[in-house]
Amino acid sequence: MSGRRLLLLGGIGLILSGMFFGDIFAVFTLHQNAAQVETSLAAAADAALAGNRQAVLADFQNAGAFLENRGTKVDTHVHMIDFGYLALMLAILQPWLAFTEGAKKRLAWAFLTGAWLLPVGVYLIHYVGLAHSPMKAIGWASIAADFGGLLVLIVTFVCLLGLWKHFRGKLTSPPDALLADRSMEGRMLFAGGIALVLLGFFHGAYYAATDLYRHEAQDYSLLAQMSAGAAAGARDVVDQALGDYGQLQGAKAVNIAAHAHSIEFGLLAIMLAFFQPYVRLAASWKRRLAGVLLLGSLLLPVCVLLEMKFGLVAGGLADFAGLVIIFALLATWIGILRYTGELDASVRPVAGSGAPR
Amino acid sequence: MSGSRRLLIVGGIALAVWGMGYGLWYAVFAEHQALDNIGASLAGSFAAAADRNPAGREASLEQYREAKYIYDRQVDVHGHWIGLAMLLVVLGIGFDRVNFSERLKLFLALGLLLGAVIFPLGVLLQTISHGLLPRAIAIAGSAFVIAALLGSAAGVVARESARGAR
Repeated sequence: MSGRRLLLLGGIGLILSGMFFGDIFAVFTLHQNAAQVETSLAAAADAALAGNRQAVLADFQNAGAFLENRGTKVDTHVHMIDFGYLALMLAILQPWLAFTEGAKKRLAWAFLTGAWLLPVGVYLIHYVGLAHSPMKAIGWASIAADFGGLLVLIVTFVCLLGLWKHFRGKLTSPPDALLADRSMEGRMLFAGGIALVLLGFFHGAYYAATDLYRHEAQDYSLLAQMSAGAAAGARDVVDQALGDYGQLQGAKAVNIAAHAHSIEFGLLAIMLAFFQPYVRLAASWKRRLAGVLLLGSLLLPVCVLLEMKFGLVAGGLADFAGLVIIFALLATWIGILRYTGELDASVRPVAGSGAPR
Repeated sequence: MSGSRRLLIVGGIALAVWGMGYGLWYAVFAEHQALDNIGASLAGSFAAAADRNPAGREASLEQYREAKYIYDRQVDVHGHWIGLAMLLVVLGIGFDRVNFSERLKLFLALGLLLGAVIFPLGVLLQTISHGLLPRAIAIAGSAFVIAALLGSAAGVVARESARGAR
């Protein structure tokens, strides 16, 4: 198997794992965890009302543990998917890297090792903690995660050097059937991907212009109301602020998630557009899969945004859209697995030259 | 390979390396301390409320606000640099589908690269100054990216229309 296909299969595998993990996390952990954080915050406010300093500190310790648990799960999900994207991107660039096929394969393995090590390490941070750690603030899981990140960073940098070497040496790239492809499904994915990225950008710009600073100010003022109400013994003020704080966190989360998911799915669609010649499925099925992927990619961020208004119905639809994307991606992955390698053979470097034709 | 494609691909990978380097530095040397600071200051404000100490409560809350403001932006910068870098590379690979002259494509590529660098930079500068300049830089950067991406999309559509007409 060529370095390109290794990165391609590994990259889609990472994206699929990250999405599965994200869906499981969203359904079984996210909401329960948010409720636990809110309960701990409410308990801390109650303790402050009662003038019990020790209980306040204990409740915040609990909230901190829940937040760390949630934060590491989100980081695992995000890094797995982003490293998957990076793997796909490096896969596309393979013919332009002035290295031998063997070196490219070693780089691909090193990349995939780091790309798995980081999210697995981040996931374990909450469970391993600082056990047997030689450092005060960083545990073994963090060290493993950071090493994974370093590995990915080094491989990406080496790829940059390979590209640089290619351009400096004025080497001509081999004709790459992947990039020359202009099939219907490829064009659907490319144009749809750009539209999704633009949609995400517009939403992000709108959110930054209208809500971001207002939400930051509200975050502070609600916490101030909570603590001031507790100091004054005003339970109704504390309860109102607690309720509003929960709503605010929800509003922030759905806006950020909709923005990020729209752009990420757009990027995924663009990258998959390049790999269509590798997908060994009938053209009609490839078109259907492209349509399903784009539909799910649009539905998911829209439904996430609507969660604040329509609650579980929109949330359920968003989860369904996530499953639809996973299905389309899995089918594409299987199609690539069925591919036999004739395109790889067309971009093999000349023996002994160390550089692509 | 054309100059615009080369600019997007090499610039994008360099930006990705830079964004990852920044993230690695942040994770090792700053993130844990920042999270500790956020948690401790928020707990401190509620503990001061329990002690009926308004000055301590306000001071701790103010510390929380500043720490949270900086943390949110530092994480955003890391994510946006890498995300935009990937977009540059991916667009660079498919830039031959943009049916404009090489001169215009180079202009679009420059706009994308410039925007991708200065948008997160403006966000990062907000952690140093709360003034208008960092915000203006961030807004200008995002405007560059959106405008150049719209231009690229128009180039792709132009090609598709031309093909459809034939």
